[in-house]
Amino acid sequence: MDLLLDGFATALTPENLLFATIGVLLGTAVGVLPGIGPAMTLALLLPVTYSVGADSAIIMFAGIYYGGMYGGSTTSILLNTPGESSSVITAIEGNKMAKAGRASQALATAAIGSFVAGTIATVLLWVVTPFVADVVVTLGSPSYLALMLLALFAVTAVLGSSKLRGFIALFLGLAVGLVGTSTGQARLTFGNPLLADGIDIVVVAVALFAIGEALWVAAHLRHKPLEIIPVGQPWMNKEDWRRSWKPWLRGTAFGFPFGALPAGGAELPTFLSYATEKKLSRHPEEFGHGAIEGVAGPEAANNASAAGTLVPLLALGLPTTATAAIMLVALQGYGFQTGPTLMDDHPDLVWALLASLFVANTLLLIINLPMAPLWAKLLRIPRPYLYAGILFFASLGAYSVNFQAFDLALLLAIGALGFFMRRFGIPVLPLIIGVILGPKIEEQLTTALKISQGDVSTLWSEPVAVVVYAVMALLLVAMAVTGARKPSPSESPLLDAPGDSNDNKELVER
Amino acid sequence: MSTTTEELADKRPLHPLIDKAQYGLAAFLALAGGYVLYDAAMLDDAFADQPVQPYTLPFIVGGGLVLLGILLAVATARGDRPEAEEGEDIDLTQGTDVRTVGLLALVLIGNILLIDWLGWAITGAFVFAGAATVLGSRNWVRNITVGVALSVGSWYAFYVLLGVPIPAGILDGVL
Repeated sequence: MDLLLDGFATALTPENLLFATIGVLLGTAVGVLPGIGPAMTLALLLPVTYSVGADSAIIMFAGIYYGGMYGGSTTSILLNTPGESSSVITAIEGNKMAKAGRASQALATAAIGSFVAGTIATVLLWVVTPFVADVVVTLGSPSYLALMLLALFAVTAVLGSSKLRGFIALFLGLAVGLVGTSTGQARLTFGNPLLADGIDIVVVAVALFAIGEALWVAAHLRHKPLEIIPVGQPWMNKEDWRRSWKPWLRGTAFGFPFGALPAGGAELPTFLSYATEKKLSRHPEEFGHGAIEGVAGPEAANNASAAGTLVPLLALGLPTTATAAIMLVALQGYGFQTGPTLMDDHPDLVWALLASLFVANTLLLIINLPMAPLWAKLLRIPRPYLYAGILFFASLGAYSVNFQAFDLALLLAIGALGFFMRRFGIPVLPLIIGVILGPKIEEQLTTALKISQGDVSTLWSEPVAVVVYAVMALLLVAMAVTGARKPSPSESPLLDAPGDSNDNKELVER
Repeated sequence: MSTTTEELADKRPLHPLIDKAQYGLAAFLALAGGYVLYDAAMLDDAFADQPVQPYTLPFIVGGGLVLLGILLAVATARGDRPEAEEGEDIDLTQGTDVRTVGLLALVLIGNILLIDWLGWAITGAFVFAGAATVLGSRNWVRNITVGVALSVGSWYAFYVLLGVPIPAGILDGVL
């Protein structure tokens, strides 16, 4: 409790409040730009936070985080194209509302729902994270290794539509993670001393999320601009409030636990929330045509799950979503050793982060509701300038890490990889998580075997490790069974979003 | 009877031609995996205090990449097709605009080659103006003006606000 109050004391100094405000504004402004999802927002703005002090940087980053997510949902509602798969539902249902002249209500229920979910989830974080961290610290390397493997496995094989492509991404990421001299010998450095310290993860993240995306969009740029729905001041009447508050709470209840699992993912809770609201609603016929519950619930679930992913991130050092991966990169960039000991080593900074999430979430509501019409104007930015700007800031971000032209060459090479990954439908998330966790897995394996003096059976000598491997085996069997029943996993209901609510329900039940 | 033939004809577009480009990706994976394996084979044994050999993980990763390359080739031959990523500004109904992507890559390569000599304040403007022009903004004067404003602005923002001097290149002493 004292730690939390200290955290608030840090977060609420005038200087840090300013940084939080800047973070929220920057995050929303970049997040609302079409084509830029929360992960790319974080990747692009990451270098900016590096040069301010660690606690200010973290506070600013919390603002960017929530701002980026809020901006993303605004784009989804007004353009009917989801920035990432977890906002598919918001895009479908919210856009239907907007088209029916209820854009203001859709934005309001998304914003207030995000605030409610974010607030509850942040409070849950305060309770759950220290508890989990306490448990995790007592675990040995074998258990920790097992948990990392589970996270990799879940992100690769459970999420996403094509397992094969998930594993391709994962192994590419692991290969990138091998580069460097961490074992005392140069691996995959091509004799280049600039690669001795490995490939900077900021460069990988910016290249995959920004350069790869910008090149991919450039190859398929829509020539007919999307229809943008004009929006006024977000507001809700009594009826909207009455219909929204329960979905917000239920969405939060779905979102947080899913986010907090090391298997992660925000899609599932948003779909579950949507299906639940449809079932409980007194107006099920409105679903698919702009039901406010269909925006309120999933959007709350999305936000709560995003906050929930901070549990494995802070307590275990395990990122399970793209945004969490960038967040981990940020924490490492600020000089933290992420992992089970983070809470013990830097309690002040972790609590400053947890407190500033609360502050950022509140600032977001105060600042953004009145500014929504202004943000909506950003959707009209000329596309050449938007994507030229992304390339510009991505180059600046990669260059500012070491001021090496070589990093820009890496940026282009990995950006090209990102382009082809999009072409071939290979998910980006397993790759980035492979880059981050690959070296850590090797490290834990080494630690475990050092303690056991080379006896491999130590890897399954702890109960937690055994349970985790059992879970993985079960998942594998379940996948094999469903795979045998449905031989073509190539159809992805997540990505084609024609607005037919039956499709989504099917997906949930599957 | 005629309905069945019609149905067949209707179904054909659902199982379109093999995506041959995927063989290229499969080959890339096999090559990359092969190189990882080769690199691993060149490594020496570990020191006495290293229970995990430096080549253990590379062998797994390299072997995995080769295997995935083979699996992808097999899947491709059996008609597996990728679903390209969609997005707000993406229209997948048109073909790939290779020219635009190539020119953008050239702009970025130009930045890599020139940045040490000319400095970010100049090449940054080149990146923005070049990319905007390639992407279809024909207003040269405005492209360059915005580009210069961004690059010089970002140079000063890093220098003044963040205290980080970006190497100025040829403009050293001018900025």
